[in-house]
Amino acid sequence: MQTFEFVKAESIEKALATAPSARFVAGGTTLVDLMKLSVETPATVVDINALPLSQIEKLPAGGLRIGALVRNSDLAWHPDVQSAYAVLSQALLSGASPQLRNMATTGGNLLQRTRCAYFREPTAGTPGGYGCNKRSPGTGCAALEGFNRTHAVLGTSDHCIATHPSDMCVAMAALDAVILVEGPKGKRTIPFAEFHKLPGDTPNIENSLEPGELVTYVDLPKPVDGARSVYLKLRDRASYEFALASAAVVAKVEGGHIRYVRVALGGVGTKPWRSHEAEHALEGKPANAATFRAAAEAALAAAHPRTDNAFKVELAKRCLVRSLKLATA
Amino acid sequence: MADRSHLRYQHPLSQSPRHTEEKLAPDQQSIELEPLTPETASTGTRLSRRSFLSGLGATGLLAGAAPLVVTAPVAASVTQETAAGSGSATLTLNINGKDCPLPGLDPRATLLDTLRERIHLTGTKKGCDHGQCGACTVHVNGRRVNSCLSFAVMHQGDKITTIEGLGQPDHLHPMQAAFVEHDGYQCGYCTSGQIMSAVALLKEPIGPSDEDVKSAMAGNICRCGAYTNIVAAVRQVRAQA
Repeated sequence: MQTFEFVKAESIEKALATAPSARFVAGGTTLVDLMKLSVETPATVVDINALPLSQIEKLPAGGLRIGALVRNSDLAWHPDVQSAYAVLSQALLSGASPQLRNMATTGGNLLQRTRCAYFREPTAGTPGGYGCNKRSPGTGCAALEGFNRTHAVLGTSDHCIATHPSDMCVAMAALDAVILVEGPKGKRTIPFAEFHKLPGDTPNIENSLEPGELVTYVDLPKPVDGARSVYLKLRDRASYEFALASAAVVAKVEGGHIRYVRVALGGVGTKPWRSHEAEHALEGKPANAATFRAAAEAALAAAHPRTDNAFKVELAKRCLVRSLKLATA
Repeated sequence: MADRSHLRYQHPLSQSPRHTEEKLAPDQQSIELEPLTPETASTGTRLSRRSFLSGLGATGLLAGAAPLVVTAPVAASVTQETAAGSGSATLTLNINGKDCPLPGLDPRATLLDTLRERIHLTGTKKGCDHGQCGACTVHVNGRRVNSCLSFAVMHQGDKITTIEGLGQPDHLHPMQAAFVEHDGYQCGYCTSGQIMSAVALLKEPIGPSDEDVKSAMAGNICRCGAYTNIVAAVRQVRAQA
């Protein structure tokens, strides 16, 4: 591992005063992992664990403000989250391991990086190595013609097909979360759908943070009265494994018809995949199997499967159908 | 379920030494293995496998340089640390209730490597070094974490507990005793991580069933496959609580 300067930030101002090229460390479960692989090589690492961002508080208008340093396990176990945002609690508890959930933070989970083996392979992009445009722009994408079983079918480009691995993000996409950041130029808010970027031809740019900006809070809006939510995750093992396909659904049914619905997919997109296509196919329709299936077809209509991951298209459809059944049962 | 209370674990040091009671056949040998209690200055230069293999030899074991923290002071001087670069920090870690000063610690040193290589608390194991196996599980402020994915310099002011701080050979933590009673291990490599994880889960909001325990222990993998017995041990301790 390359050596680095370690700085412990005592305040948000002090954290923001460090160089824009510094990396913030909270739980360390992504950063330390990638530093060991020489995928991340920051010259300065700023420990932000002392910052006052570990609270979960009710907002006056009825939503929830989650500090960026709230640990994934604490967020999942919080009574307000379990009662009003069940999909978020289920998503968090389906991810990683208990130890990792005790370390990982809300902000870190937003910023976690792909599990693509070519991205994580440090010799890729070197002479004789495998190309990775995300880690080393311009070196190509080895996954296109390589092993791509766990890669994305939605939002891909010829430059990158890496899947976004987070479960929490899929739930937050379906909950219309808003991300609060603070930077050298001040504070701003970013709607969840605008936070993560599609790879396009710049897969090295994964989110809309400016250099030096720090995620401070995630706000959840007031829950919809009468809506229920579900997170369903399908994977090779029953635990401690990333999603092959997952779905976060928030749905309200009245008189047998769907009055309110939000759908997001995981394991299949290059970013947490909010599916407006599915929502349009569901709103106002009768809550039955035919509607659910039509919504699933719409959600995956633009899917671009590769050599090893074509199975994800049908798997994601069935995952969405099943979660819609569970949410409307 | 048969009554196995007669198998309840009794540490050999609480009885007469086993080797004097054994009746060995002519072709059998008795081999004295590594002592379970710390070597002290007064016992002089007893060579252990670990000290031999790490090149320290008998003379490398300084007075009080013991792996168990509670009864013996921690060695700070026998080190194999990497060269301290421009970012080396001065740090004191609180491990098993004792403050351990670590001058010149490289910021790249993980908590795991610091515990094992610098402080010689080798009960915590390195399995994958990437947070994927759980062998390195320790408690930080009472919560279980993977020590391989944290820099030691991040833990100033934290209370760190390792397997050595959980119990002693003559005073085992109930979870340790339960693992022995239920044969919850084979090679033993994952075991300290399993036990640290299991103890921490006693304070987590886990459901009552075996499926809940399995899910809560999903972060600790066991190549030998001792899972059934591990779950039985955890079940027993949960029932006792």
